[in-house]
Amino acid sequence: MERNQMHRQVSVMRQSLFDQGYLDEQFIQLEELQDDANPNFVEEVVTLYYRDSSRLILSIDQALERNPLDFNKLDTYMHQFKGSSTSIGAKKVKAECTQFREYCKVGNGEGCMRTFQQAKKEYTILKRKLEAYFQQARQSGPSETACRPRN
Amino acid sequence: MTVEPVMDDPRDQFPIGMRVLAVDDDPTCLFFLETLLRRCKYHVTTTNQAVAALRLLRENKDKFDLVISDVYMPDMDGFKLLELVGLEMDLPVIMLSGNGDTKLVMKGITHGACDYLLKPVRIEELKNIWQHVIRKKKFDPKDSNNSGNQDNPHCGTAEGGIVSAGALLDQNGKLNKRRKDQNEDEDEENDENGHDDSSTQKKPRVVWSVDLHRKFVAAVHQMGIDKAVPKKILDLMNVEKLTRENVASHLQKYRLYLKRLNSIVNQQANMAAALGGTDASYLRMGSLNGLENFHTLNGSEQFHNSAFRSFPPSGLLGRLNTPAGLGMRGLPSSGMTQLGHTQNSSGSTIDQVNFQQVILPGSHNGSVLQGMPTALELDPHMNGVTHARELSTAIDNRTVFPISSGFPDAKVTIGSSSNSLLGVTNNTLMLEQNRQGAQGGIVFGNQSPVSVASLNSEFPSPLMDHNRLNDNWSNAAQSSGIHSNPFPLNDCFKQPILHHNNLQDNMSTMALRIGSNRCDVSSVTSVSPQLQDIRAGIECQANLINSINDQISNHAPLQEWDDHNQDGYYRSNVMGSSINSMIPVNGAVCPTAQGLEPKNTMFLANMDFNSTGQSNFIDTLYLKDDQVNKSAAEASLKLKQGLLMDQRKPQGSHISSSFGSLEDIVGAMVKEEQDKVTLIEGDLGCDTYSLRTCI
Repeated sequence: MERNQMHRQVSVMRQSLFDQGYLDEQFIQLEELQDDANPNFVEEVVTLYYRDSSRLILSIDQALERNPLDFNKLDTYMHQFKGSSTSIGAKKVKAECTQFREYCKVGNGEGCMRTFQQAKKEYTILKRKLEAYFQQARQSGPSETACRPRN
Repeated sequence: MTVEPVMDDPRDQFPIGMRVLAVDDDPTCLFFLETLLRRCKYHVTTTNQAVAALRLLRENKDKFDLVISDVYMPDMDGFKLLELVGLEMDLPVIMLSGNGDTKLVMKGITHGACDYLLKPVRIEELKNIWQHVIRKKKFDPKDSNNSGNQDNPHCGTAEGGIVSAGALLDQNGKLNKRRKDQNEDEDEENDENGHDDSSTQKKPRVVWSVDLHRKFVAAVHQMGIDKAVPKKILDLMNVEKLTRENVASHLQKYRLYLKRLNSIVNQQANMAAALGGTDASYLRMGSLNGLENFHTLNGSEQFHNSAFRSFPPSGLLGRLNTPAGLGMRGLPSSGMTQLGHTQNSSGSTIDQVNFQQVILPGSHNGSVLQGMPTALELDPHMNGVTHARELSTAIDNRTVFPISSGFPDAKVTIGSSSNSLLGVTNNTLMLEQNRQGAQGGIVFGNQSPVSVASLNSEFPSPLMDHNRLNDNWSNAAQSSGIHSNPFPLNDCFKQPILHHNNLQDNMSTMALRIGSNRCDVSSVTSVSPQLQDIRAGIECQANLINSINDQISNHAPLQEWDDHNQDGYYRSNVMGSSINSMIPVNGAVCPTAQGLEPKNTMFLANMDFNSTGQSNFIDTLYLKDDQVNKSAAEASLKLKQGLLMDQRKPQGSHISSSFGSLEDIVGAMVKEEQDKVTLIEGDLGCDTYSLRTCI
């Protein structure tokens, strides 16, 4: 009983992440890759993402403090950040990254900074949500995460 | 989930177990990709560094079937890696990127990618990538009975852009030029028709070593790049265990490379040595080592990854002879230091083309300026420095041609085009004419690909000759500044640098500007070269390069120019039209000597003669770093330009030497305005078509 409830909870959590636009289909791809051979694949990837991108975020922050701004460099960083975010399906983060790059192209430093703050926010929110999700999923048992409800 | 034939041997269960090398600097993406690939039942190796990937690939050519690489990587451009892999290992490469711009995709194709995927990549797409391996295998030269392949017009790499059926000779050995021209650089998918062989057959991969490539280039040049057919090439090369198909596929790539070089050259309109000075004209022959450093010439300085891969064998010596070597009169210590071409990141065996052309201002009357490319560092930003890359082993032709120019006004023309071509350095012969009429033009083409060691030994003698010849010249211009790190060819050549008093400052600037994508046309223009000529030259260059490559490998040192040779050459204003391949007189040079009077004419493979009497150098080819890196072994153009321009009349002839630094063509083409220039070409054959067409 409780197990079922937990499963349901996980499922709901998961669905809301999609519904609220935090995640996109790429996340589903990740889930599909998870199987017996890779039981924790999704979590591994996400963990890797957060670990690696934190460095990147730091670099961007530092670059944004420069004066004048080096837009090329910023764009390069952001390209990479966007790439990894895309890989895990971080939808909102990705959107902010795209916006950031637009600002870079036109040399709008102010816009860049604003957007980046937003991106960081989304990034952090997603992180928390995913952590909660994974925790819940682990508690409720592996079967839950492996089965994706078809949307 | 994948469609695979089920067989006992795991290898035969292709595509199961296909060995993929995945390269991406982003760990998240890499991990994701790896998992996807494993899900497809491939055997995956990952690395987040392009350099490491190259190393892995080089360690064992047979270790992988396919490479997937990201485009944007910090340590090396994905395109460069792509080219390198294609050239060196002949493996299918798939590009990955978050950016799906048409331009980028096009770039991938032209660099030889067989596919371009967008991130995030889907597993469905990966499930089919094995087709590229099959395709490549089918069209690769096979040792077994592949009669079917020969008829297939699309034989060739499956890589995009290299679809030139033309390369494949049909049974008659006829080169399907038409098809080749049509298909080349098109992104076509080859149909796999007519292949009876099992697609899962593993064929031993042919490694195009420096030596092998040199032979190849020599053979090609002997026949003429346009007329080269795999069958004949094979015969000429006389290598065991090499099949026609091997040669065909290699030829195809070579042509593509040249084409790319050509376009780059055109873009940059590098002028090898537009000597402003009216007097000094020197030929710079850059001989590119045969190794095909197919560096993709990027308009931008950087060579794409395609920089020729460094060939495992002793790296390539790329010599770039930058026309800068010209010792122009006006030039102060010309120091045309050429580009030091350092091997790119590939860090592989790529020889570095370090040629620095040192141009010592000659104190003599007609100081001949010789750009000795000692160490050329090819920076992507190099200006017109032509570096000649010498392929270490491949090139042994020393295109040292002493050019005696008796021009009164000693024009120095520096033609060295060091294209970012991979590796190949052209020997730039700097022919300088003595103003006073002393001929002593010393021109030496760098012979590029001579193994450095051999170069050293070889050159000294030619140098000697030059010295003798040029009474007036302080140094014999020496070609080839190329030397790979291991061999400092420069030493040999240092001395012969001729200074040409007459050389004008312009020239120096000109000379220096070779190669780098920015053609220092401006400087050249000052010289008053006609850019157009150069451009034209550049176009010709491509052709020439081909021819030159061949030539270069075989050049015999140019004969010394007698002092009498006044016409020798070179006009200061030679705008180096990028003639890539100044086909150094392979052997032909000598014969020309006879034709010419005592003067030995070095023929420039790409001699462009401007009617205007300006010498043009085309030295636009500059080797990009990457390119330089390309292993000379590959078909880098070994342009050895041993252009000897024998000009009867001092002023008349412009010798345009173009360096096809494409890859390794660093030929300084000195254009001789006047007809005087006697190109040995007649004998050379190779240049005949190339040169003339340019003009």
